[in-house]
Amino acid sequence: MPAVQETVERVRRIDVDQYRYGFETQIESDKAPKGLSEDTVRFISAKKNEPAWMLEWRLEAYRRWLTMTEPTWARVDYPKIDYQDIYYYAAPKPKKTLSSIDEIDPEILKTYEKLGIPLREVAILEGVEPPPGGPPSANRKIAVDAVFDSVSVATTFQKELKAAGVIFMPISEAIREHPELVQKYLGTVVPTSDNYFATLNSAVFSDGSFVYVPPGVRCPMELSTYFRINERNTGQFERTLIIADKGSYVSYLEGCTAPQRDENQLHAAVVELITLDDAEIKYSTVQNWYPGNSEGKGGIYNFVTKRGDCRGKNSKISWTQVETGSAITWKYPSCILRGDNSSGEFYSIAISNGFQQVDSGTKMIHLGKNTSSRIISKGIAAGKSQNTYRGLVSAHRKATGARNYTACDSLLIGDKCGAHTVPYVEAKNSSATFEHEATTSKISEDVLFYCIQRGLSQEEAVGLVVNGFVKDVLQQLPMEFAVEAQKLISISLEGSVG
Amino acid sequence: MSLLEVKDLQVRVEEREILHGLSLTVNPGEVHAIMGPNGSGKSTLSHVIAGKPGYEVTGGQILFRGEDLLEMEPNERAAKGVFLAFQYPVEIPGVTTWNFLHAALNAQRKARGEDEISSPAFLKKVREVAKSLNIPQDMLKRGVNVGFSGGEKKRNEILQMALFEPAVCILDEMDSGLDIDALRIAADGVNALRSPERAMVVITHYQRLLNYIVPDFVHVMSKGRVVKSGGKELALELEESGYAQFEDAA
Repeated sequence: MPAVQETVERVRRIDVDQYRYGFETQIESDKAPKGLSEDTVRFISAKKNEPAWMLEWRLEAYRRWLTMTEPTWARVDYPKIDYQDIYYYAAPKPKKTLSSIDEIDPEILKTYEKLGIPLREVAILEGVEPPPGGPPSANRKIAVDAVFDSVSVATTFQKELKAAGVIFMPISEAIREHPELVQKYLGTVVPTSDNYFATLNSAVFSDGSFVYVPPGVRCPMELSTYFRINERNTGQFERTLIIADKGSYVSYLEGCTAPQRDENQLHAAVVELITLDDAEIKYSTVQNWYPGNSEGKGGIYNFVTKRGDCRGKNSKISWTQVETGSAITWKYPSCILRGDNSSGEFYSIAISNGFQQVDSGTKMIHLGKNTSSRIISKGIAAGKSQNTYRGLVSAHRKATGARNYTACDSLLIGDKCGAHTVPYVEAKNSSATFEHEATTSKISEDVLFYCIQRGLSQEEAVGLVVNGFVKDVLQQLPMEFAVEAQKLISISLEGSVG
Repeated sequence: MSLLEVKDLQVRVEEREILHGLSLTVNPGEVHAIMGPNGSGKSTLSHVIAGKPGYEVTGGQILFRGEDLLEMEPNERAAKGVFLAFQYPVEIPGVTTWNFLHAALNAQRKARGEDEISSPAFLKKVREVAKSLNIPQDMLKRGVNVGFSGGEKKRNEILQMALFEPAVCILDEMDSGLDIDALRIAADGVNALRSPERAMVVITHYQRLLNYIVPDFVHVMSKGRVVKSGGKELALELEESGYAQFEDAA
């Protein structure tokens, strides 16, 4: 078969066949009645044995949500979501309290094993070869919190973390066990009234991760949460809250997958990060929700609010994201640079293929003096997808000496996709220095032919060019994630040239 | 058996016939020069031999060691030993020359059923080759052709030629964009790679290049055909009398 014809064939099959995580786990689950009402909110709160203040908080958010309308400013197009046709809570049965990993439903353990997520406490990725010059990975540990539909099913390495004073647990447990911390920080970065999807999340979130790193502590291992949507017609609304107290440091990784389904599923998460004086949080995401099939049917609607607050002086928050999945991505991990000399970073690779629509970017809000931010965004559009970078950089009147550097690069593969860059810049004081660079390029036939003439296959050639394009961002990821991300990029783009 | 045999090749690009029955036989160790005015089909010939998409072969055949080259994907041809030195080598940002060469060499080795070459062994090899061609090591660390001068790009092509050790090298207008010093350096590199096993097909518009890479045979192309073949003296003859005399013959 000639190369072009073969490629066309592959493109046709791509999304359906390439999504490795599309299997479903057969397991009984305990669900809230379908639809959204005050009763749903009460049901979820009761399931979680929440204190009264938490229920009140949820109900206030729910009432607020009723007065809000879904935003339409993003460059995404999807049929109207029927919020009454969704299950807001699904938990794997049985729901007795688990005292060890061995008591988890073996079907769920199998699911995570299939996904390559270690829930048993072993040093992971022993088989992965370190890149040339890199440190050996054999003894690295990663603590994992696994969220299956609406509940956290396991959190590993609890003991070792506890010894260091680090709290890492499902947020539902933190609400009961550390109410003072949760009450002090929850909703202080993303208020319940923030936006339509965040407000919805505040009303119905069921689980997620909670991290508190005490003053002066460098978290002894990477923390990771792995989200899996399994149930049909079920939304996932997780809530993550990470607090790095004075002079502490934590690196946090997030991964996500879902089964292949014909209908769309809603994912509306909220992540709040808080760094106090001299603290640092590094937050990395590899988002690989099911993107829909080759005709654009199915896939996850991903409406996520992620925001970090550099509350203390000299603090730092760094977002790194690799976005390859979801039918629709609506996501702007942001930094509020409140403390003097604080800094924010956003490194992003957003890949869209098939009929995927991505509207993603960041907001860097400079409030403190001498704050700095850096944005490196790499958008790759293939197939019939649309890929938009939307970003805001603003400096408050008092944010003297604010500095930002932004570089947005887009790469187009084929001629039926689109890449768009929508930067907003607001400087309210004259000492701010903002730089913005943007490029759009195409993988040309000439570049591909050059690589192929040297012996590479079409797929290898595309992979090589794309990996070169995203190199600056891949370097920001923790090593294990970088390896995974690199593979994911190649898989997402296989057969995308036609 | 000849190394490369082009027999009565007819090629179209978008309904327009560019080559109307071109034949050429190349044996190991030979250097053939293909000359001709712009639009005579020289570059088309090089692209079709290498397998660039966009050309439709409507007649004739190309045999490489007796095998039908046109049935092979371009990367298979590369693995079998067909190398094209591009007139305009492309830039690949973010991909170091070192990485690119390693990936390409391993892809070729894999296709031939050989073991992949490890990073340290590869590094040693590529350093030796670069040294033998007087190519600075620094070039290997830079993005493929990114920010390279015209001369550096051509030297990178020659470096690849030396590394991949192809059986037949097609040099497409190697002299374009080079000043006389860069041309001499590039030609020295090519001459260093001449061997009794390896053949070269040098495509050029000007006789100038052939002062440095002296061919065994010269073919004059006009309007998609070879209209005259001879020894190296034919190139000098052309330099004096120009291509006009052949326009009618075609």
